[in-house]
Amino acid sequence: MEVVIQQLVNGLFLGSIYALLALGYTMVYGIIKLINFAHGEIYMLGGFMGYFFINKLSLGFFPALILSMVGAAVIGVVIEFLAYRPLRKSTRIAALITAIGVSFLLQNGMIYWLGPEKKSFPQAIEFKNYQLGFIQISNIQVLILVISLVLMIALQLIVKKTKMGKAMRAVSVDADAAQLMGINVNRTISFTFALGSALAAAAGMLIGLYYNSIDPMMGVVPGLKSFVAAVLGGIGIIPGAALGGFVIGLLETITIALGFSDYKDAVVYALLIIILLIRPAGILGKNIKEKV
Amino acid sequence: MPLLNVKNLTKNFGGLAAVSNVNLSLETNELIGLIGPNGAGKTTLFNLLTGVYEPSEGTVTLDVLGKEHVLNGMKPYHIADMGLSRTFQNIRLFKDLTVMDNVLIAMNSKNKEGILSSILRLPSFYKKEAEMEKKVLELLAIFGLEDKVQTLAKNLPYGEQRRLEIVRALATQPKVLFLDEPAAGMNPQETADLTELIRKIQKEFQITIVLIEHDMSLVMEVCQRIYVLEYGRIIAEGEPETIKNDPRVIEAYLGGEL
Amino acid sequence: MKKNLKYNFVWLLLAALAYAFIYVLYVTGVITPFTEYTLITIGINIMLALGLNLIIGFSGQFSLGHAGFMAIGAYSAAIMSVKYPTMGGFFSGILLGIFLSGIVALLVGIPTLRLKGDYLAIATLGISEIIRIIIINMKDITNGPAGIFGIPPMVNWSMVFGFVVIVTLIIVNFIHSGPGRATMAIREDEIAAESMGVNTTKYKVVAFIIGAVTASVAGAIYSSYVQTIAPKDFGFMKSIDILIIVVFGGIGSVTGTFIAAIVLGILNMFLQDAGALRMIIYALALIIIMIFKPGGLLGTWEFSVKKIFKKKEDKTNASIER
Repeated sequence: MEVVIQQLVNGLFLGSIYALLALGYTMVYGIIKLINFAHGEIYMLGGFMGYFFINKLSLGFFPALILSMVGAAVIGVVIEFLAYRPLRKSTRIAALITAIGVSFLLQNGMIYWLGPEKKSFPQAIEFKNYQLGFIQISNIQVLILVISLVLMIALQLIVKKTKMGKAMRAVSVDADAAQLMGINVNRTISFTFALGSALAAAAGMLIGLYYNSIDPMMGVVPGLKSFVAAVLGGIGIIPGAALGGFVIGLLETITIALGFSDYKDAVVYALLIIILLIRPAGILGKNIKEKV
Repeated sequence: MPLLNVKNLTKNFGGLAAVSNVNLSLETNELIGLIGPNGAGKTTLFNLLTGVYEPSEGTVTLDVLGKEHVLNGMKPYHIADMGLSRTFQNIRLFKDLTVMDNVLIAMNSKNKEGILSSILRLPSFYKKEAEMEKKVLELLAIFGLEDKVQTLAKNLPYGEQRRLEIVRALATQPKVLFLDEPAAGMNPQETADLTELIRKIQKEFQITIVLIEHDMSLVMEVCQRIYVLEYGRIIAEGEPETIKNDPRVIEAYLGGEL
Repeated sequence: MKKNLKYNFVWLLLAALAYAFIYVLYVTGVITPFTEYTLITIGINIMLALGLNLIIGFSGQFSLGHAGFMAIGAYSAAIMSVKYPTMGGFFSGILLGIFLSGIVALLVGIPTLRLKGDYLAIATLGISEIIRIIIINMKDITNGPAGIFGIPPMVNWSMVFGFVVIVTLIIVNFIHSGPGRATMAIREDEIAAESMGVNTTKYKVVAFIIGAVTASVAGAIYSSYVQTIAPKDFGFMKSIDILIIVVFGGIGSVTGTFIAAIVLGILNMFLQDAGALRMIIYALALIIIMIFKPGGLLGTWEFSVKKIFKKKEDKTNASIER
């Protein structure tokens, strides 16, 4: 029993990372119907920027976190402008192939520049283990959970309470109508990318801190799994992404706890296929049919 | 027994009844008009009859050689095989394929080439290809498109695209042909040509045609019977003269007394 | 009928010329063991890319799972060849691979091909990864992550050439036929196709199976040539490598696939040591092509012997009429 609860705790922290990433996927998909394949790479770049700020500029963890989130936001906006905006009128397949191209460009760019090896991420916050009854939890896990929740709540506030948030929701439903209502669609989309990228970068830094390592390929598998999380929760639905993230995190730790750690990735992919076949709209989603 | 019998047909989308308790009956070789204001559910009705949507309630039955077949729940390609074919409100041609290919594909349903015999290029394959091409050319000639055989569908002028869609639908050798606003976007001369074409089709192919149209001159000219749809329900049915003077129809279109 | 014989004869001639050309390259020493690798790889890639183009370009289904089927073929051939190091053993490996990949494609295809666009892409990616993870975990048969080495070499360039010709024939014959047209109709407009009597599920699955089976054959040849395979060779990267060929050449153009496979194969030979830089160049090229020519460099253009003969015919007819 204690083992189960311990695993649930571990799953929560892993899930919050997936949730942060899934939010970016879901927002971008909701607004321009594109699976941003390069999202996992933004997460990776967040980790690397944090590494740079802490190591080379001797900044503390939190300043580095803020800066890398800002940096990632800029990168996200630039990518959207250069690679995705020209394809807004193209087929979805063309946009997807471009996204794959951007993803590979970033991965290999980093490999070319800094080499493929893992870099050691500094222990910017000292590691401390706490014992709550039979549950073991580290301060870093708590930090990750808290920062994730704070960011998610902040995102929800932005989306629900601000004018830009309203614009985001409007463009997601009908971009043309939104434009006719005076909303600057381009700016709204850029803003969406900025938000999503900032969250991804935060996730990247938090993971870097937790495992003390970063490498250019670190975004590939988490990126894919977070996409599954977004679909599971309901693609385009923000609370869905958070929900999906936690479910996937729990699923993964339970798989490991049951002794199937070799299959932990396969389980997530299998789940994706099952959702897409049984309930593609996701847990919180609604079905929309094509008009003939 | 009617050729196509529709009883109590209803389609609900969420809480909205797009089509409600519709009853229709079509005989062989009839030309039927389906009219009604925009949003009345005419295209939805077509979609229900051709299998694109599944009915929420009611039945659609087709008389094949004296036997009644229930079409509910059948996939569109199966219904097409059974003899119902259509054109679309917003032309759905195979744009990057040639005129010949567009029609050949429709002809495929009655002349299925085996996958294996195609890959192995057995003599039966060549024979069938030649036969089908000949039939396609004959069909295209009736509609004046035989010179455009190798043209890509997307490069045809609008009027010819509409005609090609009709040819394609006819290539499936249907018993019932559903035309969804075939005169949309046409000027009076083109509409007159289309009217002639529809008459010609009825004469040459002896099939039942159901026509959705907003152009009243075309409908009144050519249809033997008309059904009027409003808010998903049939509000009137009868011959053109009757329908023209039916107060309910006038109100539906013009919203009340003049 | 006579016309068709004429076209077929011309194609046969072209194939024979190609064979002779390569033979000459060998005899004159242009092809060394180093350059042979490029030649055989081009052949394998042509087969892979044709299969993928059939799925993506002709049936319009965006599949990112080609590497998984290649893996099935590679491992089937490897395991059989190691156990029975004869030509018979190798060919039974190929047949086993065809059978397995066909079944997997059928079982996986029927439910998954209902999905559209990006969802299908991710689902097929997931399937490819699942296949790979299963292979890694069947340690007794596949030797797990370490892979299989010392696979007996059973292929030479003539054999690869033969397979390329066969695969090309299968795919081209399929495309230029009733079933092929039905498949393309699905790409153009699925709803219209279905309304015209095309069983869309059937043809989507058939194209998917043909693609899977040809990938499996290519994988088998690959394993026999490089003699060492490991699960990491068949990851997402591999699917993307093939996608790059399809996209560069033309999504829906067999001619384009041939040209792209050859050009990229030769290019890769020179960029061999560039490592990550090679992928950077390709990634950039992919993005630029998608922005400016999303159908791929040749789009759906095909080199056609029929068209050349038709043009000559029309010219003679025109001059006669004068």
